[in-house]
This record gives sequence, structure tokens and C-alpha cells, in this order.
Amino acid sequence: MSNDSLDPRVNRLKLGPAGEVVKVEEGENWNIYEVFHQEKRGAHHEHVGCVHAPDPQLALVFAKEQFARRKKCVNLWVVKSADILAFDVEDEDMFANNMEKTYRDASGFKVMEKINKFKQSK
Amino acid sequence: MMNNAALTDLIIKMADDELIQGHRNSEWTGLGPVMEEDIAFSSMAQDKIGHAWALYRILHEDLGGKHPDTFAFLRPEKEFKSSHLVEMPNGEYDFSLMRHFLFDLAEAIRYESLQDSSYEPFRLLSKKVKGELKYHTLHANAWIMQLSRAGEESYDRMQQALNQTIALAAGIFEPSQHYEEALIDDKVYPGEKELYHRWLDRIYPVLVKASLNLPEMSAIVPVYGGRHGLHTPHLQPLLKEMSEVFNLDAEASW
Repeated sequence: MSNDSLDPRVNRLKLGPAGEVVKVEEGENWNIYEVFHQEKRGAHHEHVGCVHAPDPQLALVFAKEQFARRKKCVNLWVVKSADILAFDVEDEDMFANNMEKTYRDASGFKVMEKINKFKQSK
Repeated sequence: MMNNAALTDLIIKMADDELIQGHRNSEWTGLGPVMEEDIAFSSMAQDKIGHAWALYRILHEDLGGKHPDTFAFLRPEKEFKSSHLVEMPNGEYDFSLMRHFLFDLAEAIRYESLQDSSYEPFRLLSKKVKGELKYHTLHANAWIMQLSRAGEESYDRMQQALNQTIALAAGIFEPSQHYEEALIDDKVYPGEKELYHRWLDRIYPVLVKASLNLPEMSAIVPVYGGRHGLHTPHLQPLLKEMSEVFNLDAEASW
């Protein structure tokens, strides 16, 4: 199969006949890395997007350009997307909440009244 | 009392290298091998122009030089002090990357040495660009490693690019004909010879890790000339293109 793309991510993968298992050698094709951005020290790293890169080091370099140029940033994480374990989409039903269990949510506790009362007593 | 003529000479050659290298790297904008790298390389080209501007400003504000724009865009070729390395056309990406690696590590060494300079504007500037240069060298090192390990063709091209650029890069460290000793005695900077050796110590471990062979440096003849106005035929067309817009109306306020 010939592929005239100038993009090395496309070109480097030598595709055989359809149905044949494609074996990707280390470094032959670029990976996708998920990028996590930390806005200030101590804050959570938040997922902001992804980059294509041939290795983790360059993924960090590219992530810096894509996600840390404008917004304040003190650190970045990159993780190969393939290394992330996720639930299957069809298992979404596991997350369905039983409506009668709202007492389990933190939001179920009404404390503002108590707090205000405490403040006033001061 | 600082030797102003010596300082001026040093600043011009540093700034001109940054300006011309920045312009060359910017020529890759829109043509980079992949989008992410295109953006990274362009962004670093901008940083280089920023370094040049900061240095021209020191000349202007502290040493009675011309306005940075006028100085950068209206000078005749003979008065430029850029090294031949930065003047060379971009060629293929292997050449551009190898030049980026050799130039930026040299730049990092130079600015690091300025942290202890007796000249205050240098101390302030070196502090300001420290993070940028750390990133530029991280980028350069990562690509050198990546491409040297990406198969035979890639490795050969990187080795060839190194062989092609090494004498040019050694030319960065052309000592000043008149001011070298004055600058060292005044503790402005450690001098080109010292920086050259520090640079070799810095590039060598990266090249070893990438299994690239550094040519025998004692057999290399550094390409000198740029520091006293002798340039390659590539500089003049670059200057013409770079100052084209400025020259439409040199008095315009932007």
C-alpha cells in the first residue's frame, strides 16, 4: 500500500494487506500522549489534551509548546494514552446512581445553618 | 571602569548570532516535519530574536548605541559580526537540528558564564534567559537522541550533519582580535577559549549517548571571519529579506 502523506506518523507505518496484523516496532510509529497541566505548585495536574510524539521526552517538549505557552504553568505530566486503563463505554451503567442514595452525597449534608449560627454566637 | 569598546564588540557578535540564527530558524515556520515540532521550532526562533533585541537594547541604553530596530535592520553587511554557522541556509532538517544543538548548547554555556559577569546588564539578562535556554537545549538534546536511534539512514544523516557543522560551530568561539584580554581581565566573561572547552565538555556526553562520533577536534580548522565582518555569500540575501518590510518606511512607528 503506497501512502504519499508527508506526515511521518502516517508514512512510517508499513501497512500490509488488510486483515494482517500490523506489528509496530519501537520508534517506528508515533504514539499519542495525554497531557496533564499543573497551574501552581501543590495544585492537581489536570488533563488538557494530547500530543503525538516519538518518545516521552519529546512528548514533554511538544506538550510545553501546545499547553504551557499562554496559560500559567509550573509542571506537566505526559502519559502514553495506551497505558491508561479505562472502563469500557458500555459499562457506563455501573455509574448510574440509585436515586434513593442521595444521602450518601456530601451535598446531602445541610450545614450552612449550623455554621451561621456558630458565627453569630461569636 | 569598563572598556566600552570591548563590551560593544562582544554584545554585537552575541546579538548578531541570535538575530541571524533566529531568522534562519523562522524560515522553517510552516515547513516543519510535524505540526508540534513546527510550533516548537518557531517559538524558539522567536526566543532568539528576543535575545538579540535584549542585547541591542543594552547597547542602546547603556553604551550609546543606535535604536535596536535601526541597528538590526539598517546596518551594512560588513558591520555584522555573526558567525558563519548561523548564516548557512537551512538545508535539510538534519542540518538545521544539528546546528540548533551545537549553537544552543554554546549559547547556554555563554549565558551561564555571564551569571558571574562584572557587567550588571549581563547578569540580569543571563538570569532572564536561563529558563528559555534550558528548554532549548532539552529540545535539541531530545531530537539528537531520537534521530540518532531511528534507524540506519537517520543515524547516518545525523553523523553527516555533525561532520558538516562542527568546524562552523567551532567558529562561534572566534576570539576577538583586540578585546579578548580586556574582557577577561575585567571579568566580563571567561573568554572564547574557555567557553569553547566548556562547550566541548557539554556536547560530548550527548553525542556519546547518541552514539555519534565527535570528529577529532585538534584536526578541525574552525571557520573564522564572521566576527570581523567577513561573511559567507548567504548573509547578504538574508539581510535583504529580513529588512525588506522595515525599509519600506524606516521612519514608520509600529
